[in-house]
Amino acid sequence: MFYREAGDFKTTYAADNQTFPIAFDRWRYWAVLFVAVFVIPLVINDYWANALLIPFLIYAIAAIGLNILTGYCGQVSLGTGGFMAVGAYATYKLMTAFVWMDMVTITLLSGLITAGVGVLFGLPSLRIKGFYLAVATLAAQFFLVWIFNRVPWFYNYSASGQINAPERMMFGVPVTGPNAEVWVKYLFALGFVIVLSWVARNLTRGSVGRQWMAIRDMDIAAEIIGVNPLKAKLTAFAISSFFVGVSGALLFSIFLGAVEVGEAFGISKSFLVLFMVIIGGLGSIFGSFAGAAFMVLLPVVLKIVGVDMFGWPTDIVQHLQFVIVGGLIVFFLIVEPHGLAQLWRLAKEKLRLWPFPH
Amino acid sequence: MKKLLTLTVAGLMAAGPAMAELVFPSLSYRTGPYAAGGIPFADGYADYFTLLNERDGGIGGVMTRVPECETAYNTERGVECYEATRGEGALVYQPLSTGITYQLIPRVTADGIPLHTMGYGRTSAANGEVFEWVFNYPANYWDGASVIINYLLEQNEGSLEGQKIALLYHNSAYGREPIRTLEILAEEHGFELVQLAVDHPGQEQGNQWLTIRRERPDYVVMWGWGVMNQVAVQEAANIRYPMDQFIGNWWAGAEHDVMPAGADADGYLSLNMNVLGDLPVFDEIQQYVHDAGLAAGDGSNLGSVLYTRGMYAAMLAAEAARTAQEIHGVDQIDASMMRDGMEALEITEERMEELGMPGVGPAFEVTCANHGGPGMGRIQQWNAADQEWVTLTDFIAPDDSVTQPLIEEDSMAFAEESGIEPRDCAM
Repeated sequence: MFYREAGDFKTTYAADNQTFPIAFDRWRYWAVLFVAVFVIPLVINDYWANALLIPFLIYAIAAIGLNILTGYCGQVSLGTGGFMAVGAYATYKLMTAFVWMDMVTITLLSGLITAGVGVLFGLPSLRIKGFYLAVATLAAQFFLVWIFNRVPWFYNYSASGQINAPERMMFGVPVTGPNAEVWVKYLFALGFVIVLSWVARNLTRGSVGRQWMAIRDMDIAAEIIGVNPLKAKLTAFAISSFFVGVSGALLFSIFLGAVEVGEAFGISKSFLVLFMVIIGGLGSIFGSFAGAAFMVLLPVVLKIVGVDMFGWPTDIVQHLQFVIVGGLIVFFLIVEPHGLAQLWRLAKEKLRLWPFPH
Repeated sequence: MKKLLTLTVAGLMAAGPAMAELVFPSLSYRTGPYAAGGIPFADGYADYFTLLNERDGGIGGVMTRVPECETAYNTERGVECYEATRGEGALVYQPLSTGITYQLIPRVTADGIPLHTMGYGRTSAANGEVFEWVFNYPANYWDGASVIINYLLEQNEGSLEGQKIALLYHNSAYGREPIRTLEILAEEHGFELVQLAVDHPGQEQGNQWLTIRRERPDYVVMWGWGVMNQVAVQEAANIRYPMDQFIGNWWAGAEHDVMPAGADADGYLSLNMNVLGDLPVFDEIQQYVHDAGLAAGDGSNLGSVLYTRGMYAAMLAAEAARTAQEIHGVDQIDASMMRDGMEALEITEERMEELGMPGVGPAFEVTCANHGGPGMGRIQQWNAADQEWVTLTDFIAPDDSVTQPLIEEDSMAFAEESGIEPRDCAM
């Protein structure tokens, strides 16, 4: 009834091409932004921020990054954890080497450094595809973790081999370190999420994104119609790694505060982000958010339901989580390969016809 | 509707902080590659508090509660668990993970909740002037490393000159802790230190043992945890490395670490900070907790090495809470009172005897400046035929002249890094 195009006249090309063609969606989008920016920071508490919202925002960036590479450009990557580690260690080195630098610059620079590393490891993608590329990125994952463990320069020769985020101020309030208020951290992460997802959305529907999708759908055909595979694949690796690097930087600086590379950025992190993308939906920005929310929420919800409400032993609940995640991955791969995003799309289609489906 | 309202009110009352209780959250891990060590420790920790509730009606008349939260030895989950349990009035955190400890040190310092890392965590937290909220009595890794070297000195008539000692360590903050101490000790005593890192989770050690086979070190010292220990003992057996020259630290010396290697593990040495064998308190736990069907986990771990250690950790927490109640004269203590109790904690031989665990650990007292305790450890040896650990030595003291300057140096570096003004304990 209220969710339809009728009566919403588009008179310019720009209006015709906008992200949300339906008026209701536009209002909803602004409402979500309003709540996220102006309401949540006022009501947020430590538990909600640290257990749910901040990890959700950070993983959403990583999921968008991997979605650009895997979902839009079709290049499978298992190196997400390693690239996040690059972002985290770049942040650490920049924070300790340039004490005067502000956190936004540091985070963006960390993203750029990760983009450089990503391009380097993306080079094999020009010659190999599919499984073989997955193995090459897997090598990146292990190599990067190994090097951060092996070379003491990366952790400033500290005895424990850990990196710790020192306190940094922005506009007179601390954003990193234990004394930072959660609403500051939340807003800091939210700022990055809003800007980066806006960038990602507009990149993927522009000429760059079309080139990626052409490569994904059939690289030989794309080459014949004039898409340069070198440029398309390397830009996908660079931009994807930039996103992943920013997310690793934020994970370290505002969320964890102290990081041990093998544990925080191991292979399981690569799989976690890959699962977010698969469950959320390949080739969809909304899917990245949905997948990240799902994977961050699931353990917490299971814990609250299983342990706090039913009083089950903690290990049973933990094992149950493995079973559910595994089962869901198989389910989505078989029943709905396009993930939660496709379910959302279908719901919107149905909503347009409601209440008179023909 | 009325029924719903009643239910809601009842629910709120149950959840509210009005009920007097002492909350000791247990950040445990019963899953993952480190579960073998996490399960008995968590069982011992929970069972001791259950015993206090059932037998004595809590501590000083206030019931205790141990909310358990699964971390899977993962730092992110550890943070989530910390945030989830913090609001329930948590008195002290014992995460049993050096990685999570590093996460929590800045947080507990900002939030004002004590953190007790018994025999793990950040060694320099022993300096109470810098680490006001962090305790690691009765011993820490640098003490452990020094105790092992002191034991070896004793075995070699006071000289390790020209010997070769390999350190096989878990490649994490935990495993790297003893390196500094061992390097300095190597210089002092003239032995050569070979460092062999094993990556998380520790199943792949073929390369490291190949090196050991080639280098033929006189001793292998291990800083391992979880599945790494079992694999290491098996690998040592495979290359026929003499087991009595293979020494694990106190996290690499439980029954489940050596059992898989069977008879080949006979003679393996390890550190321990507790006494072994039948303590009277086990009978009471059996009577009040296990027979009453209140045991944590499956109840099969009673009396094992790590169960004893978990129970010991619970005992130290309970004693600190009791001390805090005495100092402040109130039964319902809060986290900052708990801190005062921990700082004034005094464990004597008589008190341990009273609690039904004579000589379970060293007698010690905690002071404002020294949060680390005496750092003593004893050496135990595995007897595969009888399937039991045999305690070889009495408590061996570490070489404080080596560890103390290191603690001073590292804690001051931390103070500077995080802008902490060290307290003056002499006042």
